[in-house]
Amino acid sequence: MTEFLDVLRSPWPWYIGGPLIGLTVPLLLWLGNKGFGISANLRHACAILLPDSAKPGFFRYNWRAERWNLMFASGLILGGFVAGALLADPEPTRLSAAGVQSIQELGVQVRPGLMPAELTDLSNPGVWALLAISGLLVGFGTRYGGGCTSGHAITGLSTLQGPSLIATVSFFAGGILSANLLLPFFMAVIR
Amino acid sequence: MTRTTPGIPGVHAPSTSSTQTATGVLVYLLAGLYFGIVLVKSEAASWYRVQEMFRFESFHMFGLIGSAVLTGMITTALLRRSGVNSRDGQIIKITDKDKGWRRYVFGGLTFGVGWGLAGVCPGPVFTLLGAGIWPVMIVLAFALLGTYLYGVIKDRLPH
Repeated sequence: MTEFLDVLRSPWPWYIGGPLIGLTVPLLLWLGNKGFGISANLRHACAILLPDSAKPGFFRYNWRAERWNLMFASGLILGGFVAGALLADPEPTRLSAAGVQSIQELGVQVRPGLMPAELTDLSNPGVWALLAISGLLVGFGTRYGGGCTSGHAITGLSTLQGPSLIATVSFFAGGILSANLLLPFFMAVIR
Repeated sequence: MTRTTPGIPGVHAPSTSSTQTATGVLVYLLAGLYFGIVLVKSEAASWYRVQEMFRFESFHMFGLIGSAVLTGMITTALLRRSGVNSRDGQIIKITDKDKGWRRYVFGGLTFGVGWGLAGVCPGPVFTLLGAGIWPVMIVLAFALLGTYLYGVIKDRLPH
């Protein structure tokens, strides 16, 4: 029994996880001709939450037709609970030696879990700022760019969409810039 | 029940029949459950792996995304070529992304900078919350604010 639990708790290699991620594209097409994407939920949530009087035109559409996507996001929460809370990997993420070193240079310890304690410590106002700025850019950028990792990098590239290639290259350019330059600066200030 | 709605840019084709009923949308909860579990077990939702990827210090995330795209490409092509209809009997069709490049470059860069800062993209936001990492609520709340801001100033931005 404990051996079985050990198997369930251990992480999957990329060649198992990657194909399982890719299968989501044909799965959602078959389930109902749905284009797989997650960030559109942020728009739906705004469309639901905003009062009619304060609603820009961008949020005036029939969000009920997109309920499937909200259900999908609810499923993600459930999946996070099952895999991340019940079947959490008891070991720290097995990073490369260079990865461990870079993370320690940021002032972060590699411990078990999906996100380090240093970035979830809400007694530090700097952490609030980091999470808030990151969220703001993610929300604004995904709508401006018309999608996120799932919509452009996975679905868009899988279905040979030129704009998704431009978007994916831009995500990575932005990510490389911020992880290597902005985050070390931010961490030096807040820790 | 058939409902027709006008097409909205950026929102996928209007859906009809089974996808509008309660049981029809329930399968998407299961699909999300599947995807959420995969995000955690493959470590795509790990802050550590995202940082490692953006510093080119490991093949893991590149293998993950690369094999995901390759699998999606092959299986989607096979599905379309097989002539199989979707579950509700429609011909399988892929909505093309809008043409252009400005919004993809500027929007993509903005999202990328946010992704690299907290190491969280929209899928993992929900998955991390499910895993009990409550501070991600701040990321989600501000992502909603960012989405709202885009809706407000959208017409003044180059697309």
